[in-house]
Amino acid sequence: MKKYDAIVIGAGHNGLCNAAYLAKAGLDVLVLERNPYIGGATVSRELHPGWKYSNCSYVCSLLRPEITRDLELPRHGLQVIPYEGGVTFTRDGDYFGNYGDHERQYREMARHSVRDANAYDRFSANVMRQTRLIRKYLMTTPPDPTSFKPRDIKGLLELAESFTDMGDEGLLDTLRFWTMSIGDYLDEYFETDLIKAHMAGSGIIGTALGVYSPGTAYVLLHHYMGDVDGSVGAWGFARGGMGAVADALASSLKSFGGEIVCDADVHRVIVRGGRAVGVALADGTEYHAGTVVSNLDPKRTFLECFDASDLPAEVVHRAKNFKIRGSSGKLNIALDGLPTFPAMPKSSTLMVSDMHASESLFELERAYDDWKAGTWSEDPYFDMLIPTQVDPTMAAPGKHMMTVFVQYCPPTLADGPWTPEKCDAFGKTVLDKISRYSPDFKDLVLDVEVRTPHEIDNEVGLTEGNIFQGELTFDQLLFNRPFPGYAQYRGPVQGMYMCGSGTHPGGGVMAAPGANAAREILMDLKKPNVVPEGYLDD
Amino acid sequence: MSLRPHDERMVMPTPFAPRVAALCQTNDWYTWAGYTTPNTFEEVGLEYFAMRNSTGVFDLSPMTKYRITGPDAEAFLNRVMVRDVRKIKPGRVGYTVWCTDEGMVHDDGTIFHLAQDDYRLCAQERCMDWLHWSALGFDVEIVDETAGIAALAVQGPTSCATLRNMGLSGIENLKPFGVATFPFNGAELLVSRTGYTGDLGYELWIDAQQALPLWDALFAAGRERLIRPVGSEALGIARIEAGFIMAGEDFVPAEQVVRHGRARSPFELGLEWLVDFDKGPFTGRNALLKEKREGSRYRFVILDIEGNKPANHSFILDKHGRTIGHVTSAAWCPTAKSNIALASMNMPWGRDDDEMYAEIYYNRELHWTRLLSRCRVRRDPVFNPPRRRATPAQDL
Repeated sequence: MKKYDAIVIGAGHNGLCNAAYLAKAGLDVLVLERNPYIGGATVSRELHPGWKYSNCSYVCSLLRPEITRDLELPRHGLQVIPYEGGVTFTRDGDYFGNYGDHERQYREMARHSVRDANAYDRFSANVMRQTRLIRKYLMTTPPDPTSFKPRDIKGLLELAESFTDMGDEGLLDTLRFWTMSIGDYLDEYFETDLIKAHMAGSGIIGTALGVYSPGTAYVLLHHYMGDVDGSVGAWGFARGGMGAVADALASSLKSFGGEIVCDADVHRVIVRGGRAVGVALADGTEYHAGTVVSNLDPKRTFLECFDASDLPAEVVHRAKNFKIRGSSGKLNIALDGLPTFPAMPKSSTLMVSDMHASESLFELERAYDDWKAGTWSEDPYFDMLIPTQVDPTMAAPGKHMMTVFVQYCPPTLADGPWTPEKCDAFGKTVLDKISRYSPDFKDLVLDVEVRTPHEIDNEVGLTEGNIFQGELTFDQLLFNRPFPGYAQYRGPVQGMYMCGSGTHPGGGVMAAPGANAAREILMDLKKPNVVPEGYLDD
Repeated sequence: MSLRPHDERMVMPTPFAPRVAALCQTNDWYTWAGYTTPNTFEEVGLEYFAMRNSTGVFDLSPMTKYRITGPDAEAFLNRVMVRDVRKIKPGRVGYTVWCTDEGMVHDDGTIFHLAQDDYRLCAQERCMDWLHWSALGFDVEIVDETAGIAALAVQGPTSCATLRNMGLSGIENLKPFGVATFPFNGAELLVSRTGYTGDLGYELWIDAQQALPLWDALFAAGRERLIRPVGSEALGIARIEAGFIMAGEDFVPAEQVVRHGRARSPFELGLEWLVDFDKGPFTGRNALLKEKREGSRYRFVILDIEGNKPANHSFILDKHGRTIGHVTSAAWCPTAKSNIALASMNMPWGRDDDEMYAEIYYNRELHWTRLLSRCRVRRDPVFNPPRRRATPAQDL
């Protein structure tokens, strides 16, 4: 049987990115994907004839521009079109429009509070200060604070310098920011609950925490630290849906001679003499390689793909205790036309923005209470977009695709496991809520794909359906992601690496974990580095 | 609470929009604080010279205007401003800056002392959040008047005659930084002898409902005094000629600064004359005392630059070619016939006798030239005529 230089388990965006860089460096690389299609959670599928859904991830900002450029993803078909703004509908028939245009946004906020409208400048400058700190570390392996290797000491010194660069208050502000709740953070700036509720969404998306849970302020940062064409914090639509990202990465990988095999369900990483030497599929097929890289989350990687006896007990325990709680579901909807939201004109620029209908932090916290009680939120938070107003490729002209991210939705229910009936009931809760703000919406619905954490876990392979491959709390970030001592992409077994969002810098369609892992692998193999590193912004 | 209805317009018209739009022949607009505003009306030179030779009228309605009232209004303003606000008597206007606790400038603007316990703060940037933040413990009310008040700058040597002709009798006796009110069309017209041009000139403030009658009366009264509307480009030249700084150009408002250290203190903007350490505590005082003791990082200078190529965005170099500062605003000044730049110099540069050069690039028919033009520090603005201060104001 052919022996590869490297095998990557999982064709998510990070696996593909990792493989592309290994192949670019001249390695003979094989990517194995369990599903019949690639992409993981970065996927577009035609589940209703004529409609393409971004089934999981749905908008793009975090994908590192260094990678896009270096792997020539535009040449391989990727186009990201920015969109701006957001809207929160209110029960009284009004809405709060968070316009992309600063002055219009000011005017809209000033409807509620002149003070809040002005405070937004202070808020955005402070958040931007934090993004500038973290952005430096996205395309970098986190330094190990317990190590005395020159590269780690250098990395830690640079980290200290970054704090100094922020001024006297920099370290203090940062420690507060990384550990406080998004609710407490927003309370420091705004007095209007509706404005706070609108802003708070970014602090809880994908996170099994409430708006007043410590650590959620960082989650907001995680949604602000990307960029589209240099505009930090901007988001965009990938033309053709998020699968376009995976397709472009796969095309780039193939251009370097890499191979992808689908329907290949990896059952075990084969360990011999303390070394990973290949993988065995569920059907018994074996593939051999000197390097095995897992794009799977830490739980699936270490608890399912390894014999526990091949691993240090500490790693098994860490993996068991790794926090990867599913908190969200998703509805992908084929629409016969553009729904009407009577609160605002159809011509409003906000039709192309992210739409919500949670009016207060209290409501959001209540929605989280339901999750804790083991049910989906009776009055859920949603992040809803209609990308077909910008992207002509996802549905026929005049037809629309709607993507609705929904929170909260638990991985297991208090009254027993998920069933198709419960899944439908969850979907109905969301459809009913949307139709409260859009009376003609339900009449336009042609097809709905409902995804609870149960489907996301079983179909995509994200444990518990956690979209970030592990929660983005301070205890699981930087040199503690996924576990202390294992943050530099090397696994506990020689020749084995991790490249998924469970590693630094975490979830979102960023591809940085895949790239960073490739850099470490090439270093171990004593190959010249081909992976971009560091930070180019001023 | 019922909210104002949505207005789906992306950019708002000022109260003078119908007149401004009718006169804006260039159709050359930009957005100022969310309002449609002309860059030019007809030709920037004609507009500039209206301000220097007759009367130029600039619509400054988008300026931020806050009304600050209450028994503690004076104490509050004195607590947040670097200058002694108690010295601004009723009927007077004072130019001032306000700072962060770190002594960095939020913005500059004017305080109108309208009556006992009644002030208006007028500025380029918004500061409602900071004012409220600072008002804890003070019995004051702060109201945003920006949209409700229409404002015109009426600037130039025939401005006084124009206003007198409009029926504002005795206007010639209004001293610089004085405020007076006049009845107009059943409303109250507030006139201050203030401006952003360094010349004789006034600013008119009135209820937005009265904007069009005011414009019409003003232009009728000024026709024979050669009144002309001016856009922001012409005003931009006049203010550089007069040595006035502008938020967002010559400094970054402290609250908007992302990169540590990019804000400026009053000392670093040439405004030490405003800072009154003897008046008691005010926001930023400790930091400014420390800066006064230990020295500043930057020096603000007005530079007179050799040649006639404006030094926009230029680095300032020493004789060895090392960067020692940069230009923040620059213009060829047509009245003074000088090439002027406002610049931020790294300390200790910008002293009177320093040998300094502006690195200027210009393009003529695809041919780029790099100039190193000698700069000389000016102690005073290049344009500062006696008529600016003369009271009674002369009709020149």
